[in-house]
Amino acid sequence: MNVPIMSDLAAEGRKPEILFWVGCAGSFDARAQRVTKALATILTNVEIDFAILGNEESCTGDPARRAGNEFVFQMSALQNIEMLNMYEVKKIVTACPHCFNTLKNEYPALGGNYEVIHHTQLLQELIDEGKLKVEGGSFKGKKITYHDSCYLGRVNGEYMAPRKVLEALDGDLVELKRCKTKGLCCGAGGAQMFKEDEPGDKRINTERTEDILASDATIVAANCPFCLTMLQDGIKAVEKQDDIMVYDLAELIVTNNQW
Amino acid sequence: MGLGQIIFIIITFAAFYLAYKQFSKLRANIFLGKPETTEGDESQRWKNVFLVAFGQKKMFKNLIPAVFHFFIYAAFLLTQVELVEILIDGIFGVHRFFAPYLGGLYTFLINFIEVLSVLAFVATIVFLARRNLLKIPRFVKSEMNGWPKLDANLILFGELALLIGIFSMNGADVALQKLDPAHYPDTGYLAISSTFSPFIFDGLPEGVLVVIERFGWWLHILTVYVFLNYLPKSKHLHIMFAFPNVYYAKLKSRGEMENMPEIMNEVKSMMGLAPEAEMTDEIPEFGANDVFDLSWKNILGAYSCTECGRCTAQCPANITGKKLSPRKIMMDIRDRVTEVSKNLETGDVKFINEEKRKEGTVLTKDNYDDGKSLFDYITREEIHACTTCNACVEACPIMIDPLEPILKMRRYEILTESAGPADWTPMFTAIENGGAVWQLADDRDAWTKE
Repeated sequence: MNVPIMSDLAAEGRKPEILFWVGCAGSFDARAQRVTKALATILTNVEIDFAILGNEESCTGDPARRAGNEFVFQMSALQNIEMLNMYEVKKIVTACPHCFNTLKNEYPALGGNYEVIHHTQLLQELIDEGKLKVEGGSFKGKKITYHDSCYLGRVNGEYMAPRKVLEALDGDLVELKRCKTKGLCCGAGGAQMFKEDEPGDKRINTERTEDILASDATIVAANCPFCLTMLQDGIKAVEKQDDIMVYDLAELIVTNNQW
Repeated sequence: MGLGQIIFIIITFAAFYLAYKQFSKLRANIFLGKPETTEGDESQRWKNVFLVAFGQKKMFKNLIPAVFHFFIYAAFLLTQVELVEILIDGIFGVHRFFAPYLGGLYTFLINFIEVLSVLAFVATIVFLARRNLLKIPRFVKSEMNGWPKLDANLILFGELALLIGIFSMNGADVALQKLDPAHYPDTGYLAISSTFSPFIFDGLPEGVLVVIERFGWWLHILTVYVFLNYLPKSKHLHIMFAFPNVYYAKLKSRGEMENMPEIMNEVKSMMGLAPEAEMTDEIPEFGANDVFDLSWKNILGAYSCTECGRCTAQCPANITGKKLSPRKIMMDIRDRVTEVSKNLETGDVKFINEEKRKEGTVLTKDNYDDGKSLFDYITREEIHACTTCNACVEACPIMIDPLEPILKMRRYEILTESAGPADWTPMFTAIENGGAVWQLADDRDAWTKE
């Protein structure tokens, strides 16, 4: 697919309105790549002037910082900030709540000040403004549940935007037993994604899968590439992968609009 | 001056003096931690104190305990009014000093206290049952074994003693008002005491009634004094420290980990973005391995914690059987501060770091070294299990942040010790060398070319 790259635009003397921050998972993880493509498809279809950094993008440093490695975090973050400032980036959208949080809340102290929004917030805005039409009703009557990621929900207080997007899809939204401020983590945050669990009774995604099974939903909507992986693994572990599908909100919109 | 007055004045003085000594110690212990400035909107801080501490807003996420807790809390606050009268009566040898002056208002106040006291009595029984009979899961986790469990029960028994004191005092008083109105001023009709008093106290000799009234009075005030001096040793300290803890709680985004300017500047100079940092001979220490490296606000949080376990009940690691319990983190910090403080108090030179131990050196927090650290209380397994999901931060009714000390300990482990989970090393290397969390040969924009 044809996605504008920041450096190409800069060479033509152009500045996009918004930078799409893809993130490591969105760039490299096969499952998360599908979300990246879905969001790029939406941005293209609603004719938003956007670009990605491409190979000039680096990890925001979130997992390194939360693991305690401030050196690695600072190295990656300061490089990114230098680049973002060079391109005079004003607004960033990202489909990863960890990137979102670090860009929004942690980069300012290092000299990086941008307006940062999570893609679910952008989707809600676009729907509200009438720029993104959600038509077709592919999800009408389907039982959809929503998993709050910690870094969009509890950490940044965004519970409503993704739910409003889901309402626009016209599905039958059911809440999980633990949701919003009490939403249960998928188990990946704080750099857990990159290491084995400590000894315990079960994995955190197994515990979360039990909430999903209890909701009777056939579709789980998520907003984070790491939650996607964790929830899918949890569902697979109980062999329900054919009955319960986990999607990012952007994917649901693309499917619905048959783009 | 009567003998009773003299005894009362001596006991009162002793109780306040001992409490003052203990609270001064606590203050000093809190400031064993690092300085941290208090930034941000002051009006927001006061709003938090009003809504979260005073108004108990966050308690009401869990309705049943919130309502019962509110009974005890309201009774506690209002009983302070009565304590003023007890102090005046005790010192000047008078009886119910305010009654003749306040008239109807006095009747109203005492009635208010009585009704709240009954509700508090019910709540105390309910709480004892929740802890000891129903065994609500968060009350019976392993960190609650021993002293914490006893502490919780002692507080509840203390509350029962207070309430027994109030009602024997008021009940006998009502009976005495009929026998000796000259010495026992009319309190008006008391909703609880005037109702039960005739059944129990009418017909008893005046001497017995006087003894019962005095017993209730002394039991009440002595329990208060015992409580005052017990607080600094107990989780019950939250009744005071919740207020400053909420005031000083972080206002900036939960998502922002405290920046480390010393590392930022070093990296900037490495990247040629800033002039080279001056090198010092001392090996720098980052993060926290002991209470001295925590912020004083972390220690205030540890003292404010009443071990309710709402954090632990929400912790995904704890729910799935891992050793991590955010409550235990706070309890451990408190225990370690207590240990360090006791050792510092001895002034024993054996607690001076061997390299700094010279003739005439005095033990201070700067040369303190007892060969132990926070890691002797909090294991690595615990801090590694945290997903930084902030459920504990969200759950705490008085805005304690158990996550911050966990992350400070992770920083110590990685930055100062170069230790930590081996699984993380490839992730660090990948970010450092390839700018991605995984070591991959692919281009970052390969997905656009498919």
